[in-house]
Amino acid sequence: MDARIFKEFRAIVGERGLISSPEELHTYECDGLTNFRVMPRAVLLPTSTEQVQSIVRICHREKIPFVARGSGTGLSGGALPVENGIVLSLARMNRILEVDIPNARMVVQPGVINLDVTGRVQPYEYFYAPDPSSQSVCSIGGNVAENAGGAHCLKYGFTTTHVLGLDVVLPDGSLVHLGGKTLDTPGYDLAGVFVGSEGTLGVATRIILRIVKRPECVRTLLAAFPSTNEAGAAVSGIVAAGMLPAAIEMMDNLAIQAAEAAVHANYPNCGGLLLVELDGPLAEVEDLLTHADEICRSSGAWEIRVAQSEAERALVWKGRKAAFAAVGRISPNYIVQDGVIPRTALPQVMSEIARLSKENGLRVANVFHAGDGNLHPLVLYDRRIPGQEDAALGLSMKILELCIAAGGSITGEHGVGEEKKCMMSKMFAEPDLATMQRVRCAFDPLQLSNPTKVFPTPRLCGEKPGEYVAHPLETAGLAERF
Amino acid sequence: MDAATQSLHAAIDSSLRQKFIDILGAEHVRPGAPADNVSGVQPQLILEPASESQLAAVLHLANGSKLAVIPRGGGTKLGWGNPPSRGDIILSTAGLNKIIEHAWADLTVTVEAGCTIQTLQETLAPHGQRLALDPLWPERATVGGSLATNDSGALRLRFGALRDLVIGVTIALPDGTLASSGGKVVKNVAGYDLPKLVIGALGTLGVITRAVFRLHPLPRNARSFSIFAANAEDTQKFVLAIQDSKLAHVALQSHLTAGSTPVIDILFEGTEAGLAAQAARLPTLCGRAQISEASPATWNARRDLWSFSNPEETAVAKISALPTGFARSIELLRRAADSAGVHWKSLTYATGLGWLRLEGPSADLHRALATSRVEFEKMGGSLVLLHRPAAFPAFDAWGTPGDSLSLMRSIKRRLDPANTLNAGRFLGGI
Repeated sequence: MDARIFKEFRAIVGERGLISSPEELHTYECDGLTNFRVMPRAVLLPTSTEQVQSIVRICHREKIPFVARGSGTGLSGGALPVENGIVLSLARMNRILEVDIPNARMVVQPGVINLDVTGRVQPYEYFYAPDPSSQSVCSIGGNVAENAGGAHCLKYGFTTTHVLGLDVVLPDGSLVHLGGKTLDTPGYDLAGVFVGSEGTLGVATRIILRIVKRPECVRTLLAAFPSTNEAGAAVSGIVAAGMLPAAIEMMDNLAIQAAEAAVHANYPNCGGLLLVELDGPLAEVEDLLTHADEICRSSGAWEIRVAQSEAERALVWKGRKAAFAAVGRISPNYIVQDGVIPRTALPQVMSEIARLSKENGLRVANVFHAGDGNLHPLVLYDRRIPGQEDAALGLSMKILELCIAAGGSITGEHGVGEEKKCMMSKMFAEPDLATMQRVRCAFDPLQLSNPTKVFPTPRLCGEKPGEYVAHPLETAGLAERF
Repeated sequence: MDAATQSLHAAIDSSLRQKFIDILGAEHVRPGAPADNVSGVQPQLILEPASESQLAAVLHLANGSKLAVIPRGGGTKLGWGNPPSRGDIILSTAGLNKIIEHAWADLTVTVEAGCTIQTLQETLAPHGQRLALDPLWPERATVGGSLATNDSGALRLRFGALRDLVIGVTIALPDGTLASSGGKVVKNVAGYDLPKLVIGALGTLGVITRAVFRLHPLPRNARSFSIFAANAEDTQKFVLAIQDSKLAHVALQSHLTAGSTPVIDILFEGTEAGLAAQAARLPTLCGRAQISEASPATWNARRDLWSFSNPEETAVAKISALPTGFARSIELLRRAADSAGVHWKSLTYATGLGWLRLEGPSADLHRALATSRVEFEKMGGSLVLLHRPAAFPAFDAWGTPGDSLSLMRSIKRRLDPANTLNAGRFLGGI
């Protein structure tokens, strides 16, 4: 990247919008996953869609890879810069463009902070449902890239459920409008394809969100169990009873200790803690709460509390949402994983994790979105001890293999990013990945948009798309092609 | 087959036919009959594979032989979209009708594309579960067809559309690739969300062979009410007030017919106490309008809209507008229908999606639709024509494509470069 290109970039974003000194670039060399670091050549901070287009056009012309970045809180290395590439920080595109209460829509720029969306419509008693634990700092653009979830997606759905439309700058610099304020825009659901594509299909510069009316009543029940197995049985009981709570969260003893040390959430010291949140009409919630209480007791809960005030409820959630960071109190370093299993596989997978933990001599704290089987095992280690980081990384990947073997997924909400791309071929067969790759090539034939992420091996977009690849069923001799 | 029709098709000679038979067996290959006609296009062969790999193999063979393929499930919505520009083969999913795994404790089900929605629901119900979706004609409509047409009804307000209920799909591509994406767990962000790509794609990108759904519990109790509004303005006012309230209703729809007053239906599900409390609150949101308890049959309104006696003088369209655009869109429809001299009837959900039925002579229907579409598109919405008389002046089913059309074409080229699947049926001639 020569001086000429820097000059062009500067002409677009101005002196203040271009970062190129090594000391300032350090801030951008990683995201929330700090064990991968790459220095970008430059960071650009555009303030408009037009600026994003101009920058991307130059990248396209010069074949410079680019990585879009929101708040940089991602946990899979999705915003990790690419060698010899630039970072497009959307942090300055942080305006809420439109609030439309009667239609329950909002239009925002990608740099808007997740919690600020809810903050803006709080007076009308609406909220934005996806609530990743980092919601006070993470951006909507990043949420879109990762299809972020959160504790309440059990009932309310993920980011993709709440994104109705997007303005996207494609990797050639052209602008397209995907979806819209009205539903079922004719054509392919490209807004649906874009959400969760981890920045590999282009850059979203304007996002139409759906907001949700606050329920009449919210009740949070906290139940202490001897172990996660009994807590897991209670979750099964609640689901079997036909309830769909707003959230069901579980923590094991190590995670509870960490949360207590950090925020004094006043959790009972137990082997498995369950947090069940029910919301809806008052009469309905009161009914269901009694039922959930009975189910927890009959599954072995020895203490049950219901948060009596909004302040108590907030404290309960504070402990849960702080759990990742809190682990820093009990371990110098840790890795957060994001595997998903069918909920019923929980006892078996938990005992396997315990076995692996023992074998490797590394502690594992567990925090789950128990309702949907999303595990967040936290592998604790000390970087100063030679070999321990590698052992911890190895252990966290083995946990993901357990998840795949149980019929689950390697990631529920953090994304594949840089970290888990090597696991993709363990979860998907070659034809599956090749098909995704074809879609990528339709958006980004030159592979400039976050090019090294998600997929295990880089491939070129051939002129002749769609090479035939044998399905594993065939190679295994189970099916035959004629 | 007359010469004119024949010239539209690549010929399927006996050796090619034999290759299909070699894959499927003679009993699953039959010649096309008049009943297999798709919007005026007469396919030559009907293929009914019994497995996903058979389906992929015959699709591959058809593609390599430059034959045009029309996938078919229950055939209930085969007329949706533009008439195909070509169609040599019907690829039926009737033989792929198994429910592969109902993981009831995990609230998920894996099912083959040819299974009917009703069979699926009947399998789930004994476990107190359902697919929270109410597509048209569930007794015949299949999983694959419902996905391809993105069909949803009144329950969408609470449970979302198919895009929110599907957690994985397997598709067969024209080159014979069988590709899966998503998975069996509710929460999963690994790889691209290809289920979204094929939902509503009308089978133009690949043939859906199986799907995995997240399930919901069957409701403990349900109660429906009808609210009788004076006019479209009041209807909009009440619907918006209900939407802005803390009621946890599951469905909310408004029906209007030329010359009569509007009716709004609302559905509550939940515990008895919850239902009673919500029912008691309803009048405070609806001015002085009369409210009465309604039968569950009121939720057949969409099906009723589709029950018409004279298909040659009827058009049915799916309409989309913002919820706040409801009264205005009704006024515009009324004007368009009156000036064209056609009878109209509409059913609109609180989501802003709805259905419009127009009845009258073909040329008048065409005029009313053309005017209405312009108005809906001006309002940022859409009007998609689903049923039209066999003899009908040229009218694109989908409407004006946006600026993403070339991207859509590029995706089509990557997945179906020979334009084998449902040629010409989709947006912008895809």
